[in-house]
Amino acid sequence: MDEKTTIISLSHVCKVFEDGVTVVDDFNLDVKEGEFITILGPSGCGKTTTLRMIAGFELPSSGQILLNGEDISLLPPYKRPVNTVFQHYALFPHLDVYDNVAFGLKLKRIPVEVTDRKGNKKIKMKRLSAKVIDEKVLRALQVVDLDEMEDRDVSTLSGGQQQRVAIARAIVNEPKVLLLDEPLSALDHKMRKDMQVELKEMHQKLGITFFYVTHDQEEALTMSDRIVVMKRGVIQQVGTPENIYNEPINAFVADFIGESNIYNGTMTAPNRVRFIGSVWKCPVEEGFTTNDIVDIVIRPEDVELRAKGEGIADGVIASKIFKGVHYEYIVKVGKNEVLCRDTRNHEVGKEVAIAVDPENIQLMHKELTVNEYGDAIIDNANRVIIGEDPFECDVTQLLKGSTLDEEGYLVDPNSKKRYDLKNAAVVAEVGLDKIALSDDLGSGQTQGTIISAVWIGDHWQYIVRTDDDEDFVVNSPYTWNENDLVSVSIAKEDIVLRLKKGIEDYAVD
Amino acid sequence: MTQNLTQNERKIRKNAILRKTIGQCVIWLVLIAMYIPIMVLIAYSFTRAANIGTWTGFTFLLYADLFNDAEIMVALGNTVLIALISSALSTVLGTCGAIGAFYSKRRSREVLESVNQIPVVNAEIVIALSLTVMFVFFQSYILGGSNVFSFWTLLIGHMVLQVPFVYLSVKPKLQQMDPALYEAALDLGCNQTQALWKATIPEIMPGVASGFLLSITLSLDDFIVTAFTRGAGLLSGDKSIETLSTLVQAKIKKGPIPPEMRALTTLIFLTVLAVAILVTIYRNRTVKKTRKGRKGA
Repeated sequence: MDEKTTIISLSHVCKVFEDGVTVVDDFNLDVKEGEFITILGPSGCGKTTTLRMIAGFELPSSGQILLNGEDISLLPPYKRPVNTVFQHYALFPHLDVYDNVAFGLKLKRIPVEVTDRKGNKKIKMKRLSAKVIDEKVLRALQVVDLDEMEDRDVSTLSGGQQQRVAIARAIVNEPKVLLLDEPLSALDHKMRKDMQVELKEMHQKLGITFFYVTHDQEEALTMSDRIVVMKRGVIQQVGTPENIYNEPINAFVADFIGESNIYNGTMTAPNRVRFIGSVWKCPVEEGFTTNDIVDIVIRPEDVELRAKGEGIADGVIASKIFKGVHYEYIVKVGKNEVLCRDTRNHEVGKEVAIAVDPENIQLMHKELTVNEYGDAIIDNANRVIIGEDPFECDVTQLLKGSTLDEEGYLVDPNSKKRYDLKNAAVVAEVGLDKIALSDDLGSGQTQGTIISAVWIGDHWQYIVRTDDDEDFVVNSPYTWNENDLVSVSIAKEDIVLRLKKGIEDYAVD
Repeated sequence: MTQNLTQNERKIRKNAILRKTIGQCVIWLVLIAMYIPIMVLIAYSFTRAANIGTWTGFTFLLYADLFNDAEIMVALGNTVLIALISSALSTVLGTCGAIGAFYSKRRSREVLESVNQIPVVNAEIVIALSLTVMFVFFQSYILGGSNVFSFWTLLIGHMVLQVPFVYLSVKPKLQQMDPALYEAALDLGCNQTQALWKATIPEIMPGVASGFLLSITLSLDDFIVTAFTRGAGLLSGDKSIETLSTLVQAKIKKGPIPPEMRALTTLIFLTVLAVAILVTIYRNRTVKKTRKGRKGA
């Protein structure tokens, strides 16, 4: 792969929409020729916007898009040697399969050398002949396994067949790069699995670069040569599927790719880290020193279940699911849950111990720009529970333009659909500057002990740990000492919420 | 228990049959009320009596009279010409407007849409009067008094009536259209104009067609705007343009409805019926178009 040339290069690409929202922020990426690259991220992370900028449907606010070293950032779509497979296929309903696939070819003009009457040689732009078009269309239909279907109306085709027509329509133009915008999202599960395999085969057969956008981590892991994980317009990590799965760079990537246990931890020594109430041995890594706040990621398959007292932390099996090859257990360790897999059958309620090979404890620098609570829940009064304490928050931010009705349901302004957010799992974020500390213990929503106080240039950075082991990192100009008991208060509008599942899961019929 | 159930079931069945019968009766009554006048008219187009109610024998003479009546033929020609010309122009204009508004920013689209609504709900007499006032204003202040009323003012009058309806019949088609279709056309090598013709227009064609047909009907039977805005021109030559509606109006002012009109309205009804049937057949056609000269080329 290394000796191959770069085909598409995005440098410092930014996209700011008219309403001032930055959707893509300083995007840098080099795509090699023939690579299958996937942009992966939750909805609204800017992945589709990135694809649309390469296709030419959106122009970058700043930065450059180079194709074979040529700047195409501002070219209109029809002058770019790339083709797109759209999420909902976008086949032309008034044309049949053949004419859909031939659409691009019929528009194509190729330079042909002709000799005019005076004997001068001239370059003339000519249409492709009907014979050439015919051959190309039939070949493309063969690639997508749709031979003999060319006379069908596209409306008579199944979702999977329409998808194939859309792919044929794109590849028949022999694009330098094929852009695929969540092409499998409208298919059912079984069909999706089959198409994943076929897409990968097509990619190998055709040898062109695939630029694939999806929110489905499994799709990304199965098909890609390289994955780019995005969050809110910013690239989090670029790497091979193995690389991203085994060494996620931060808690977001770990959480997004595969199942994982993620905890807040504190380094107690260069090779010791404290989380879920115990001190664990961990690999010594550069850049981590004592008292650093870190994120810990442990994959469920790396957690060992042992007899009580023989591991590092003791817990109780809280649930068991049979998964075929193994059982999946949730072990309660204090207030934390540990997801683990084991081939042996244990009873729910059994007391066990867990252990993890130090090599499998992945340490990650905590992004100290924001407090993130990945296991927050909305309660029945539309408050967010962080740890065990309820905070007033604005749940209408979970759906753009929505309002709350008298009964506390979230109402979509357009479809008038109602959503019940009770018990919805959310990720809550609070900026370091948005948390106020006070000596008046009754004044905040919760209280805790200052376990660390660091002077950073012009302000203090405190870590306040509450009784239920939740940590708040706070920037403050005021002085407290370690072990001081303080109250913690957060204003309603400063809590940023993000649903873990789609909003549709909470729709009320 | 079983007995009970079956009795209940029988009751429900009986009720359902009763409801169905009543419903059908109502439909038939309404249809009869609607079509009896037309049937009477058609029947009396085959007799030459001046007054309806007296039957003076079956004859096609009314039809012969109709085609020999120069006045009526001129009016018919004018009506058809003005309907075709104004509808064609309105369809182009209304479609362009709908496409333009659809792709503009939300603010300007909303303004355009509410402006477009007004002529639709407005009383026709208000439109007719305001147009006349405007034309007179032009005539006296800009053209220095020379007569402005002509075929052109009539054309503008009809188009003012038609354009909002074309807009309204095209708009939903644009909204239903997958916005990615236009982008797909661009992606496959169309420039903006080609994409509009190859992706957008075919998609909204049913809306455009129904807008055109709607325009024709609006123009065909329009009286108020026609009476206010017409001038000399078309087949009427130097005289004021006479359409079917203005002609009938002029005739009944002087005396009874001319009997040839019965033959004319019968013909119009049959034409409309034929068009309606053709449109229905076209919509329901399931036969696939055959494609030629493609394979083995």
